[in-house]
Amino acid sequence: MTLLIALLLVIGLAGFAYLAARARAGKMIVAAAGRFGAVHSRPVYHGAYVAVLALAPALIVLAGWSLVGERWIEQQVVGALPAAEQPVDKLDRAALMNEVRGLVAGDLPQAFNPVAPKLAPVYAAAVANGDLLAGALAVALLCGGGLWGYGRIRPDFRARTAVESQVQAVLLLASVVAILTTFGIVLSLIFESIRFFGMVSPVEFLIGLQWSPQTALRADQVGSTGSFGAVPLFWGTIFIGAIIAMLVAIPLGLLSAIYLTQYAAPSLRRWMKPVLELLAGVPTVVYGFFAALTVAPLVRQLAVAVGMSDASSDSALAAGLVMGIMIIPFVSSMADDSLTAVPRAMRDGSLAMGATMSETVKKVMVPAALPGIVGGVLLAVSRAIGETMIVVMAAGLAANLTANPFSSVTTVTTQIVALLTGDQEFDSAKTLSAFALGLVLFCMTLVLNIYALAVVKRYREAYE
Amino acid sequence: MATIAASAAAPLERQPTDWASPEMQGRIAARYRAERNFRRLGAGALMVAAGFLAFLLFTIVRDGWTGFLRTEARVEVMFDAATLGVDPAALRGPGAQAVLARADYVALMDKAALQLGPASDMLSDAAWLALRDRLVADPTLIGRTETLWVPVRSSIDLLAKGKYDLDAPADSRGVTDREVSDWRWLDSQGRLRTVFNQAFIGNADSTEPELAGIGGAALGSLFTLFVTIAIAFPLGVFSAAWLEEFAPRGRLADIIELSINNLAAVPSIIFGLLGLAFFLNYAGLPRSSPLVGGITLALMIMPVIVIAARVAIQAVPPSIRDAALGIGASPIQVVFQHVVPLALPGIMTGTIIGISRALGETAPLLLIGMRAFVTDTPQGLTAPATVLPMQVFLWSDDVQRGFVEKTSAAIMVLLFILILMNSVAIYLRNRFERRW
Repeated sequence: MTLLIALLLVIGLAGFAYLAARARAGKMIVAAAGRFGAVHSRPVYHGAYVAVLALAPALIVLAGWSLVGERWIEQQVVGALPAAEQPVDKLDRAALMNEVRGLVAGDLPQAFNPVAPKLAPVYAAAVANGDLLAGALAVALLCGGGLWGYGRIRPDFRARTAVESQVQAVLLLASVVAILTTFGIVLSLIFESIRFFGMVSPVEFLIGLQWSPQTALRADQVGSTGSFGAVPLFWGTIFIGAIIAMLVAIPLGLLSAIYLTQYAAPSLRRWMKPVLELLAGVPTVVYGFFAALTVAPLVRQLAVAVGMSDASSDSALAAGLVMGIMIIPFVSSMADDSLTAVPRAMRDGSLAMGATMSETVKKVMVPAALPGIVGGVLLAVSRAIGETMIVVMAAGLAANLTANPFSSVTTVTTQIVALLTGDQEFDSAKTLSAFALGLVLFCMTLVLNIYALAVVKRYREAYE
Repeated sequence: MATIAASAAAPLERQPTDWASPEMQGRIAARYRAERNFRRLGAGALMVAAGFLAFLLFTIVRDGWTGFLRTEARVEVMFDAATLGVDPAALRGPGAQAVLARADYVALMDKAALQLGPASDMLSDAAWLALRDRLVADPTLIGRTETLWVPVRSSIDLLAKGKYDLDAPADSRGVTDREVSDWRWLDSQGRLRTVFNQAFIGNADSTEPELAGIGGAALGSLFTLFVTIAIAFPLGVFSAAWLEEFAPRGRLADIIELSINNLAAVPSIIFGLLGLAFFLNYAGLPRSSPLVGGITLALMIMPVIVIAARVAIQAVPPSIRDAALGIGASPIQVVFQHVVPLALPGIMTGTIIGISRALGETAPLLLIGMRAFVTDTPQGLTAPATVLPMQVFLWSDDVQRGFVEKTSAAIMVLLFILILMNSVAIYLRNRFERRW
């Protein structure tokens, strides 16, 4: 609460600094009586310069406090206890702090831990003191920065140049967020995966054939270890995403693209392209619902009709079929681009030799556009193996190593969701294995993407 | 040299092709047949894709349109002060609202339901809410009788909408004989009506299908997208402006560009893992909240905005920059007063496409706990909330039959918003984008 007041105060003061600096610069212009070039920058720049000088350090202090403050308070609170009563491990400590917080906020009528009521006033005092301290420091920095900046306002001070370099710094910071995000992803995946591989050997994870991540609560229970051989998951992912889905998406997408680029009237093309794009715009949860509710029963009926009595209601085929339909626009738009990029002379030459359009397409256009089409297919595969909702809703959880499309298989993404939703203890191998799976998925899609983009790029260069 | 001479000297063995021969005519016919077949194949592929989309939309609308309706039963309610357990005298005092809020509406509802005879327990468990709302709106009703329409149980609702196949054998049709006979009785008494389901639009989630609504999820989506836009739009535009206009060619710009291109292709669920490991477990931000969901989605769609904004900025011709620089504008002024405003339609189109992706996204939000069962509309950016696609996912998992039509109806709302957003994007592109 104090922190929010401090924030509002800081912003208000910075606004005041802006107005004051702008007014002072305005007076300078009046004093200069309109002599050209007597005052370098317009008053708004002086104002903005002073406001930024005042605001930036104060905001950094407040942001830093809101990040590390809670830990400092925790130390204060736990440190107030005699050494014998201090919680031993991290979990006890967190539980105690939660109770103390609940007591102070009034959510908890009574605490389980006998020491918690004693600590509540300590906590409240630490929060109040800390917030006050941080707020005071922020305001002091604000006044210091503001006054220093205010003192620098002179007719020849280049406020605009200064403000512009500040703006450039902000732009650079915004761009760096992309790097930070990439690093954040890589680090959090690797960090948690290393902890997982401390418990389970990477060899077992990468080549083991048995996946059953359930670990028992007690060590003496039967089957308590859990086994983490991820090959069935990799196979399920490839089977659904790279085989069944592609068997649907490649012919349909490629033929659609050929028809739209070579045969269709412009008006049909104008209408059909958005329709195909709409297929890509439908949320995946909708496809998942459709796959589970409409397609899966149909597939099961089909399987029973051809004599498979044990057909699963969450078959690989249902999920793969729907995923293939979803992927069509990715394949077709890449194929469309590649086919249009084939030099017109090649197509006209073939037609002029007497080849029919289909012969031209099959013998000239598609071979010439092949690298682009292959690149598009690879991108589509990487998209399909990372797809989550369709497989979560329509594919099963049983880790089967089978090539029967009517039986149930599970995928990497399904397992990540299954492992991380519901009850979770953060330090168990079961939970951590999701991050190892995530790391594998990240690497697979990364390699596919880099390779696909390289293929497409080389192909583009060949015709430019 | 010798071979050419030899071949020239050799007598011509091949005769000129006789195009009129039956054999050649047959080959030509076969080639044209292949051409026609190939063309039909292409048209067929296109039809399959479009037909699938039409089938998808058809089944969703067929199952979902009844979700916007609900069945209500007519009951005459005597607002009896004794049953309600309120003192009529207290209602005239200043604490009247508090007294009304504490009254025993369930008992009153149970009493009123007796007039439905055999079907008295076929009213919704929350039918009493209708009585409360009515009485709080008009406290003078105490002691008087009023005719009210209250929601019925989901099974009766579905029967009234004809969702059950009554010719099927009793054990496989999913509804008991008693429910069917109760419904027939209520219907024959003229006590049922089907009206627009306001609860579906206004309410949050509920365990009872007849009370569940998308209001809470829609508000959660709004909060989440607010955070997403507030973060992703400035970040995206600033990065694009820096990369296009200021970045010195060098390693830093290359690394940023590589990061953005890779982030654009990272599966969405990986962003969920980042949100879980970093924002929840490391930074300790509140679980299930629109704040964390919004930040996660913002990181996910930022590359989309950056890429669209860069293309739009590239399309602004250099003469604009040169002219502005020529009359004395500084580089920052050129970018923010000329280039970015001119590129804005393209930037907006990319942003809307990114936001519509964020609106339909479910997977990363699953991992940061936004699948929580939230029966109240979200209270703020840090309170637990759910979003529209997540509501679809949660309902699709529910075993109760009444949720099937709710799921499809929620999908209809979601698709409607998405199509609307994309139409706006297309309109902006056609209306404002300039070709130089």
